[in-house]
Amino acid sequence: MRLYLAVAAGGFRRYAAYGTATAAGVFTNTVFGFIVAYTYVALWDERPHLGGYDQAQALTFVWVSQSLLAAGSLIGGGFQEELQERIRTGDIAVDLYRPADLQAWWLATDLGRAGFQLLGRGLLPLLAGALAFTLALPSDPLRWLLFLLSVALGLVVGFGVRYLLALAAFWLLDGSGVNLMATVVTIFFSGMLLPLTVFPGGFGEVVRLLPWAAMLQVPLDVLLGTHAGAGGAVRALGFQAVWAAVLLGAGRLVQSAATRKVVVQGG
Amino acid sequence: MAEVTVAARPEAGGPGRRPYEPARGRVGRLREGLRGYRLIVGMWIRSTMAYRASFLLATFGNAAITVLDFVAITIMFSHVDALGGFTLPETALLYGACSASLGLADLLLGNTDRVGARIRDGSLDTMLVRPVPLLAQVAADRFALRRLGRIAQGLGVLGWALSELDVDWTPGKVLLVPVMVVAGAGIFGGVLVAGAAFQFVAGDAAEVQNSFTYGGCTMLQYPPTVFARELLRGVTFVVPLAFVNWLPALYVLGRPDPLGLPGWVAFLSPLVAFAVFLPASLAWRAGVRSYRSTGS
Repeated sequence: MRLYLAVAAGGFRRYAAYGTATAAGVFTNTVFGFIVAYTYVALWDERPHLGGYDQAQALTFVWVSQSLLAAGSLIGGGFQEELQERIRTGDIAVDLYRPADLQAWWLATDLGRAGFQLLGRGLLPLLAGALAFTLALPSDPLRWLLFLLSVALGLVVGFGVRYLLALAAFWLLDGSGVNLMATVVTIFFSGMLLPLTVFPGGFGEVVRLLPWAAMLQVPLDVLLGTHAGAGGAVRALGFQAVWAAVLLGAGRLVQSAATRKVVVQGG
Repeated sequence: MAEVTVAARPEAGGPGRRPYEPARGRVGRLREGLRGYRLIVGMWIRSTMAYRASFLLATFGNAAITVLDFVAITIMFSHVDALGGFTLPETALLYGACSASLGLADLLLGNTDRVGARIRDGSLDTMLVRPVPLLAQVAADRFALRRLGRIAQGLGVLGWALSELDVDWTPGKVLLVPVMVVAGAGIFGGVLVAGAAFQFVAGDAAEVQNSFTYGGCTMLQYPPTVFARELLRGVTFVVPLAFVNWLPALYVLGRPDPLGLPGWVAFLSPLVAFAVFLPASLAWRAGVRSYRSTGS
């Protein structure tokens, strides 16, 4: 456990080292926040209470999703490209030789990275949004605690999906195609383009049950308090926990299949 | 991917080979730059085709990313009849034009965002000793043919919008549609070159240009009436993104400009593209001239 804490701290420090990149990211997230916020204002002016949100809640949705975007690697980034490159070049053989579990190692680095990006890239855009628009941020500390818990579960679900993608490189070698497809799917089905509650009919119902919903939509609903009562919040967290467990388990299965496939050459 | 030297090196003038002579004059340099660009692009296309399944997935994904953007817009319009007073086909016109323009600029110049990384790892030095203009090399670096996906998708939506809209066509409007897409690509291209130059100052800040390219396109795909007037002034007079598609499309649709600019302004897009490229290329030159290598 101490090993993985050290690995996570390393992930945090590694991303903290690039100050300009962080500032550039904050700038970009803020610009996007403003653009999307204006379109939501127009949309919610036409249709108040669309998707069960009032305008302040919709705007909160915009700005908090911009804040979570880097931490959740929702538009790419994160560890999987590095792991794919290690698989392609064969460096993975060294990783498999280490006295540490491959999945836990990468989960620790990714959570460390996400921890930094949550603070470094999350706080300022949200502050900018709160200054420029009326947001519906809760004042109840318990709600924030549940939100942070839900974000953490969402990060693990996101890791679970990306770990499977990374391992696909054992068969495909070049991961850029699957990464791009995964980004497409994540952007759409996480609720980043449009809250999933706005998606129509049966399609919307299916979309809200997919693992991508656990990455952004569920944490935001926990923050906005749209789940009625404590029971609703617990159900939401349970939904995320189930997906996290399923995906991590699938990751282990694929990992064992992949490592049986590895042939280490050279001496 | 191993570095591949494409153009002949000065000392590589072996038997039967014309010794390298730098091109003279502005036109000669331009021609040489384009030739170098073409050769590097050809190399990257061959390299892409080595992983064909991945290429097909990536091209499809590239189109799909923007398709889903458009699906989100149609979901919005399933709840409302008009957004900011614009109908779905009108918004689709804005969306298709901007997406095609950005796709085109991204295909031709998009990889300039790797300049910062190249400065950091020192590989820009390798490029500087090659007899091909640096901008041509940087623009062709890791040329991504998959970006055709976005262009095709943008043009598809544009075509659908034009077939749905009831436009009172005049020769001027017909001419303006292709001009809008090409000039829009020119404006985005200028922004990309300026972004590349900025990386000489702040190498890790490549993401800032995404605000103006991808962020700009996200904004331009919605009607201008949705946004605050200060923002409209900013993207008309400071970073003239409004000329990419808003002003030409408003003219085609016969709608007035929210800022009250006269209709003929719609035809200025090519000039605006030139006006963006000029300071951008000067900034690029200043950046190259001030470049100090990171050392060994």
